Amino acid sequence: MKIHEYQGKEIFRRFGMPTPRGIPAFSVDEAVAAAQSLGGDVWVVKAQIHAGGRGKGGGVKVARSLDEVREQAGRILGMQLVTHQTGPAGQKVRRLLIEEGADIRQELYVAMIVDRGTQRVCLMASSEGGMDIEAVAAETPEKIHRLFIDPAKGLEDAQADDIARRIGVPAGSVPQARTILKGLYRAFDETDASLAEINPLVVTADGRVIALDAKLNFDSNALFRHPDIVEMRDFDEEDPAEIAASKFDLSYISLDGNIGCLVNGAGLAMATMDTIKLFGAEPANFLDVGGGATAEKVTEAFKIMLGNPKVKGILVNIFGGIMRCDTIANGIVAAARETRIQVPLVVRMKGTNEELGRKILADSGLPIISADNMADAAQKIVAAVGRP
Amino acid sequence: MSILINGNTRVITQGITGKTGQFHTRMCREYANGRNAFVAGVNPKKAGEDFEGIPIYATVKEAKEATGATVSVIYVPPPFAAAAIDEAVDAGLELVVCITEGIPVRDMIRTRSHMQGRSTLLLGPNCPGVITPDELKIGIMPGHIHRKGRIGVISRSGTLTYEAVGQLTELGLGQSSAVGIGGDPVNGLKHIDVLKLFNDDPETDAVIMIGEIGGTDEETAARWAKDNMRKPVVGFIAGVTAPPGKRMGHAGAIISGGKGTAQEKLAVMEECGMRVTRNPAEMGKLLQSVL
Repeated sequence: MKIHEYQGKEIFRRFGMPTPRGIPAFSVDEAVAAAQSLGGDVWVVKAQIHAGGRGKGGGVKVARSLDEVREQAGRILGMQLVTHQTGPAGQKVRRLLIEEGADIRQELYVAMIVDRGTQRVCLMASSEGGMDIEAVAAETPEKIHRLFIDPAKGLEDAQADDIARRIGVPAGSVPQARTILKGLYRAFDETDASLAEINPLVVTADGRVIALDAKLNFDSNALFRHPDIVEMRDFDEEDPAEIAASKFDLSYISLDGNIGCLVNGAGLAMATMDTIKLFGAEPANFLDVGGGATAEKVTEAFKIMLGNPKVKGILVNIFGGIMRCDTIANGIVAAARETRIQVPLVVRMKGTNEELGRKILADSGLPIISADNMADAAQKIVAAVGRP
Repeated sequence: MSILINGNTRVITQGITGKTGQFHTRMCREYANGRNAFVAGVNPKKAGEDFEGIPIYATVKEAKEATGATVSVIYVPPPFAAAAIDEAVDAGLELVVCITEGIPVRDMIRTRSHMQGRSTLLLGPNCPGVITPDELKIGIMPGHIHRKGRIGVISRSGTLTYEAVGQLTELGLGQSSAVGIGGDPVNGLKHIDVLKLFNDDPETDAVIMIGEIGGTDEETAARWAKDNMRKPVVGFIAGVTAPPGKRMGHAGAIISGGKGTAQEKLAVMEECGMRVTRNPAEMGKLLQSVL
């Protein structure tokens, strides 16, 4: 799960990490009021969307008067902000963060992620803040420092100080950098984050170290122990089809093709998408119905797939294990009837009770195309839909 | 022979009293030597009772001491599953098979750190388990699609493992053991560990290795196999069509920073002498072609 920058900064402050003073705003008037309340004579108006690259896309602007705050807030609120992470359609800006300006001397980068190889949290840090870190990794990999944190000890003072010096924090500011780095590890660990990134972490002209940005993603398997973080979820930032799917415990991701697919198991679902592509078409979605697919779940899955106007055909691929093929076949028939499906439907079923399942489909009177294996199924649906 | 388990293995079930644990314990008991193999269950609140004749103990340690079991299988719900693994490790079991899906990554980081320096092997979590056909099934895979034979199967995904096994069985190629290592980013046995076991198993002739996007475990296994594997290995990687940065069901299947793509994995596997296919319907046939 992702949250906004201003929410990330709230969490950072809970862990004793300094951030600029700021107030979220949902309208232009609120933005101006926020700037007034903050005081000073320089503010930053920041678009709040769940994607990176907001500055380059025109979503972050400095304002030097309240009139400028009003002007920039009016321009940014409601815009379709396009960044390298949003896709070409962009994301509509519905929230702003109004912050006091900072006198920046240095821009640094720090982040934490889980490293699968060492099975530890990895602290990544670089002197090259404020840039796309993937570009830094590609062009000057020696400028990225990594530290793998022992979960039994946490991030130790000497380790934090060493990293701070390596990325060029001036000697007098190292204790403050230590506070931020140790706070970041505690925040990452105690909130069950999957990614925590500060880009940039800045050193100000007077030597203070501040988190100028905050990006936090969370492990969805651990949200049960963080009701306060679940509260921060912003449904406007998520795909409506993915939200609908999550209500029925379906794992669904929208893609750009025209063949909907419904599969049991994540690995088999990916393999099915790959097979569709192998035979010349593109999948419209990833959809794993999971282990206990009921008729209701299958029907909801069909509704979600058919709700996508791009879908010109559906491929169902089921390997029945514990879930029996006859159960799934009844679900498919019920779903096809209820949704009055108008596009070609190819079904491949294998495993427990597959004969019975096929008979149920054949006896249903519905124009369901049966397939013997994954390749056969993909070829049949691609032929039925016609190549683009 | 086989790897990890055989008909003489004795198994403790952690989470035997829950709905999932009960269902799959029944299914596993009905398969081959399952009736003799599942000798104990664990539930601190129900010690002294039994589940359909299987005695329940308060702790894994007690269950092990009373029955001589060396393996446990875990169906405990996600918030408590990592602690269940820790308990089995502390009791000194040889192998722990964790079926539970949805364990927080932070819990697994601590559990894996706790396991360092100890000899217990962990399979999973979020895995279908392991089966040695006609001997013993520990996990949630459908037993009837398997057939005894000499092909090893390793996979991160459940149903994709069944798909590979189903194709092999249809071609008349039985399996020595089929192992699902699970789809989580922080887990126990990896492709390389299972490849090593198959390499040393005199009754395995060839291996199907199935991977998916995310991480670099398949590449690590392929590089090891290039210099050490004495048996043919064929492979498939799921997720060629997966968009970067999106989580495809399995928590571990995220492509980040250009690492862990299906194309990269397939290329490394081919460089290391593995035959690979981009058509998952052809996994069985590809294996048949290298025998």
